[in-house]
Amino acid sequence: MIYFYSFITEIYKIIFLLLPILVSVALVVWLDRRVWAFVQKRRGPNVVGPFGILQTLADALKYIFKEIIIPASANKVIFILAPVVTLTLALIAWAVIPFSNDMVLADINVGILYIFAISSLSVYGIIMGGWASNSKYPFLGAIRSAAQMVSYEVSIGIIIINVLLCAGSLNLNQIVIAQKNVWFIFPLFPMFVIFFISALAETNRPPFDLPEAESELVAGYQTEYSGMMYAMFWLGEYANILLLCALGSILFLGGWLSPIDIYPFTIIPGVFWMIFKILGLFILFSLVKAIVPRYRFDQLMRLGWKIFLPLSLIWLVLTASFLFFLDMLPIKG
Amino acid sequence: MLTHSLFFYFFSAITVFSAIMVTISRNTVNSVFFLILVFVSVSILFIMIGAEFLGMIMLIVYVGAVAVLFLFVVMMLNVTEQITKRSSRRGLINNISVGSIVGAIIFLELLVVIGGWKYKANFTPLSSANFDISNTRALGNILYTDYIHLFQISGMILLVAMIGAITLTFRKRENVKRQSYFKQIIREKQSAVSLVDVERGKGVKLDD
Repeated sequence: MIYFYSFITEIYKIIFLLLPILVSVALVVWLDRRVWAFVQKRRGPNVVGPFGILQTLADALKYIFKEIIIPASANKVIFILAPVVTLTLALIAWAVIPFSNDMVLADINVGILYIFAISSLSVYGIIMGGWASNSKYPFLGAIRSAAQMVSYEVSIGIIIINVLLCAGSLNLNQIVIAQKNVWFIFPLFPMFVIFFISALAETNRPPFDLPEAESELVAGYQTEYSGMMYAMFWLGEYANILLLCALGSILFLGGWLSPIDIYPFTIIPGVFWMIFKILGLFILFSLVKAIVPRYRFDQLMRLGWKIFLPLSLIWLVLTASFLFFLDMLPIKG
Repeated sequence: MLTHSLFFYFFSAITVFSAIMVTISRNTVNSVFFLILVFVSVSILFIMIGAEFLGMIMLIVYVGAVAVLFLFVVMMLNVTEQITKRSSRRGLINNISVGSIVGAIIFLELLVVIGGWKYKANFTPLSSANFDISNTRALGNILYTDYIHLFQISGMILLVAMIGAITLTFRKRENVKRQSYFKQIIREKQSAVSLVDVERGKGVKLDD
């Protein structure tokens, strides 16, 4: 009976985590399009609901009522599985994100490794979709994205090691608490810049959206998808973007901590600070989308392997020696 | 404890089932996907015995990197050809006989090694283990002190393998034009553009 009871409470918790995330993904898509439009001096979606805020809901309704077309030569099982895998992986990573001191679904010891593992799995949705469509453009898009995501994961991993050296724990809550005195963006600013650019590449956002470069590959791995399955890819993509924004704010911007630890700021609960930081990073993401042209693929690989990887390795050695020789390591022994 | 063992049998059943499916599935790409399922469920089993660090590393290294490369290579192959080759009955029987011999040898070797296994003399039994230290920290404490030489040697082996792979595949082709960022940046207007008076009826001759 006790098992059953705890089972029910866990289900409740999961639903109350997933629903806000799905709703905020819908809102964030609208925000993305608005920011994009304002940079280009357009208005963006402003018809459905106040300020057009319900535009994504209308789009989702449209997707639901459209027919799902499965190509005759596609591998049907994998074709259907691909968007499911994308969306699931984008959502389960949220289990370890701390929104405030105690607002976290699973406060596990290896939280950061868990997020890293899940984000390295998210390449599978794209590869499966691209291969199962059994057509040229999706396959090219899938191969591009596999190469791109695997390369940028390496530099993200080394940047995470930098932060771990300073924090001394793999638990995300501990990493946030370690930034009580100074946010890691100040000592590790170059790493924050590299993390931000690698996150753009990891989520296939412009200027690194080569897997779906519409001028060369129609729509990349999504070419053969329609209706709700396309919408699932799209939801998964934005949930992933929000996840990396959350990760960036936990690793560098102090997560749920208030910027200054004095009275009027501390009254606001941590979850609001967390949301502010995620939204701030997201607006940066959409500004980049609006103002930067697309990279060429060989330039992208060069940036990942020849510039970011050596730079983050050098910074890792610097951080480690700095902490060691000034005797500032968080854990001794 | 009951739920724990239920979960254990559930995931180990998935592991065994997908390990079998890796070998008998007709489509090579499906085999790779079953291999990924094996890796994922093995990492879940790691987590269930409390080795969460190993489980996550398993997920990152094998599923996130190694299996992606497998998938990459297999998807380049012509899959329809593979299907017809595999489905011939004689080939299947031949493969099964060879495979079972190899499997039996490996099983015997494992039996001999694990049967003669002796734990370290001062190995701490689980009941008196220190649960305050996290998994990662305990592993790091051993890896970077007692086993530092083995750790570094394995790192060197990986480095040598990596350099070897690069030198084997790297070749300089003569007639390929490459973009040189350095040359592009140091190019000046004086060396690139010149103003010429063109004589009538003669035109300009380009020299490069």
